[in-house]
Amino acid sequence: MTKLDISLTVNGDNYPIKVEARRTLADALRDDCRLTGTHLGCEHGVCGACTVLVDDQPVRACLGFAVQFEGTEIRTVEGLANGDELHPLQQAFWDNHGLQCGFCTPGFLMLALAVLEDNPDIGDEELQRALSSNLCRCTGYQNIVKAVRAAAAAMKK
Amino acid sequence: MIYLGKALRRSEDPPLLRGEAHFAADISFDGQLHMRVVRSPVAFGRLLGIEAGDALALPGVAAVWSGRDVADLAPIDFRQVRLPGLKPYSQPILAQGYVRYVGEPVAVLFAEDPYLAEDAADLVFADIEEGEPIRSATERPGEFAPGLTTAAATVDKSYGELEAAFAKAHEIVELRLRVGRHSGVALETRGAIARYDAASDLLQVYGAAKIPHLNRDALATLLGRPADSIQLYEGYVGGGFGIRGELYPEDVLVCLAALRLGRPVKWIEDRREHLIAANHSRDQSHHIRAAVDRSGFVLAIDDEFWADQGAYMRTHAATVADLTAAMLPGPYLIPAYRAAGHIRLTNKTPAGTYRAPGRFEGCFVCERLMDAIARRLNLDPIAVRKANLIPPERMPLDRQLETLGTPVVYDSGKYEALLDRLLDHVDYADLEARTAARRAAGELAGVGFGIFVEKSGLGPFDDVELILNEDSAVEVVTGVASLGQGVETSLAQICADALSANIENITVVHGQTDRIGRGMGAFASRVTVMTGSAVHQAATDLKQQLLAAAAAMLQTPAQQLSVEAGVIRINNRPEGPSLTLGEVVRGNASEKTFKSVTATFNTKHMTYPYGAHLVVAAIDPETAALEIERYVVAYDIGRAVNPLLIEGQIAGGMAQGIGGALFEEFVYDDLAQPLAANLADYLMPTVAEIPELETLLSEDAPSPINPLGVKGAGEAGITAAGAAIAAAVDNALGNSGDVDRLPITPTRLHDLLVARANRADGG
Repeated sequence: MTKLDISLTVNGDNYPIKVEARRTLADALRDDCRLTGTHLGCEHGVCGACTVLVDDQPVRACLGFAVQFEGTEIRTVEGLANGDELHPLQQAFWDNHGLQCGFCTPGFLMLALAVLEDNPDIGDEELQRALSSNLCRCTGYQNIVKAVRAAAAAMKK
Repeated sequence: MIYLGKALRRSEDPPLLRGEAHFAADISFDGQLHMRVVRSPVAFGRLLGIEAGDALALPGVAAVWSGRDVADLAPIDFRQVRLPGLKPYSQPILAQGYVRYVGEPVAVLFAEDPYLAEDAADLVFADIEEGEPIRSATERPGEFAPGLTTAAATVDKSYGELEAAFAKAHEIVELRLRVGRHSGVALETRGAIARYDAASDLLQVYGAAKIPHLNRDALATLLGRPADSIQLYEGYVGGGFGIRGELYPEDVLVCLAALRLGRPVKWIEDRREHLIAANHSRDQSHHIRAAVDRSGFVLAIDDEFWADQGAYMRTHAATVADLTAAMLPGPYLIPAYRAAGHIRLTNKTPAGTYRAPGRFEGCFVCERLMDAIARRLNLDPIAVRKANLIPPERMPLDRQLETLGTPVVYDSGKYEALLDRLLDHVDYADLEARTAARRAAGELAGVGFGIFVEKSGLGPFDDVELILNEDSAVEVVTGVASLGQGVETSLAQICADALSANIENITVVHGQTDRIGRGMGAFASRVTVMTGSAVHQAATDLKQQLLAAAAAMLQTPAQQLSVEAGVIRINNRPEGPSLTLGEVVRGNASEKTFKSVTATFNTKHMTYPYGAHLVVAAIDPETAALEIERYVVAYDIGRAVNPLLIEGQIAGGMAQGIGGALFEEFVYDDLAQPLAANLADYLMPTVAEIPELETLLSEDAPSPINPLGVKGAGEAGITAAGAAIAAAVDNALGNSGDVDRLPITPTRLHDLLVARANRADGG
């Protein structure tokens, strides 16, 4: 199958890559850009483990083709921390035991980032609705909610 | 104790939070081939042949194998509870002559690129003469193969005078109950990457989990290689829950391909494959009878059950039926008991263990029974339970049953005290009155609970090696595995305390077969108990050796020395000379003794933690929507190493328990086609379905059979979930006893509501 030359902007860096038109954004990020922090849990848009931000909107990277994302600003979990300093969301997930196996964590972090950037004062019910778009199999979710709440407070400072 | 009992956050987390942790799919080697499994599209039939010409013609396809190509390999053997006669039911790595479930590997294909591998796999045609599938474990047995019945085995366990008890019973209470088919469904699917180096004759396998050493040995036997020519490496693992890490056909195929094709081979399962090919679990039908006296005391239980094993006996063999039969009596005295568990093969995905295997099912059955007894005798359900709970003075209690090759001896427990603690916490009398008032006002609200005994710390052994370096860094080398439970942090806590070292200096190694000779892995909530005890022992020994060496260096008797935060000082001389642990090593560089200290913890017995769940639920009569308003778990852990992690384990177990009680079910149609083969059809709970958990952790009954008194926590959150939720729903519906089956899906709940309405109309 023909490969196309495209370039993706991920976490502010430019990645010129060569991909088939059918290659998903998730596979392009993981295998072509070598950013394996974005995980694939179902590849049919249900679990949300592959959530990344595209122009500040949460997107399931398994459901789009890489070629569709030229010219967008993509953000992944690798771009969250500032060097040694964890992002408040990462710190809050750590402090609140918001992860166990950690496989769903990048997706939850990116989803929560979009949610809090969009509405730092999000109400409990709205937050629950937003977070219910991703699956976690280990934590029972409540520590994830606690972590996002704690991060919301920290991000306002 | 500085660290033990502290709610420390985990040392494992930073790489996971940064997206830098490497899971199986993140591992790649130059020149690797991608494996794709071709799976049977039908549930049962004779496999006439595999046509792979079109696939092989695609550029980039390296090989296609069918059953014939791997016929020289034995089927995958059992690792636990192997009953006589089960061997013929074990699974070949590729179908031989018959296909027996949708999803069974019939061929395997290797290509340069994973997309290409999928394209090519679509071109492989399996010629199958379809037959009539067997869909139920309770229907008349059929043939697994010509002359071989699907009634594979029966697990029998009993004690006491059963017939005499039934003869003198005041009442006999009888129930038929079912627990649905569901499983662990971790967020990370399975995966394996193997490479072979001919020069060193070494086969390296990545993506290992749960039981790397046991799987290495099994692979060595299957592949006819010495064990030390195979090494397994565990990276980060995205959830286990019993099902991940067992040796599956795909693992063997990856290894075989790396050997035969001479290139690294990578296999990453997709989600549909996971839902039809990785172990299912539960799926039991019970017929339980109890002989009771006037006070509600259970004189005897006679339970017959049928376990739908699916198409093959996998590595667990009879484990789940064995555990069900051995653990069903739970916290109750039950003077006479018999269980007969029929393991039946059907044409569904093979089954194995899933978190609290046999206990989720058994607890549901036993607790439904207790409620039924209360109903029949018009007694308070709490009173019935209290009449049957084992009193503390009977501990340790020999259950006169065996499971997993060990006698079931409850080591310690104060069951009634824990139940009372739970009842006090919720102010049970008041809660019950308020809920009854809601029902009287027309609401469908109910309270239910389930009491359970768990098991943990399965032996027979665990080894550890502690390596102390000159910079005071301590490496704890273990043969266990990490599936997200916090192994590194909790073992470091135990080590740091026993050694009086700084926890920051301690790293824990797990899942690497080249680092330690043998290991039992991580299952059955065994790590904290078994490995924790071995770590405690090794660190205690190491500390004594260090003090003896320091005594010579400081010219002070060892009894006058003490260690704190990794520094050895002379008692009452805070300003006097001191040595770090590393300095003792440096000062004794010629001595090998304490640089590496090993210890083994052996046990013939498991420890038995216990707990109770309480659920308040309300049903919307119009939509049949069910809300869990309150969920409380009381649990006695013996001794808590890290309450944060224990509570995390319980919360996660509860969420999975809610899934199994209300939503998750592998449904099959009349042709035994799986109808829940994606995450839109297999319904796992989201945050919207999970209530906030209240945990009451107690340490009233430390285990007398290990040095720390610890018991396991991995299964506490799930064991009684089905029981407690079923009881709450039943209570909400007016204590009819109608709830006899899990999961209570919205459709079934609707049926229950209709039955209730009809009854109201009729009476």
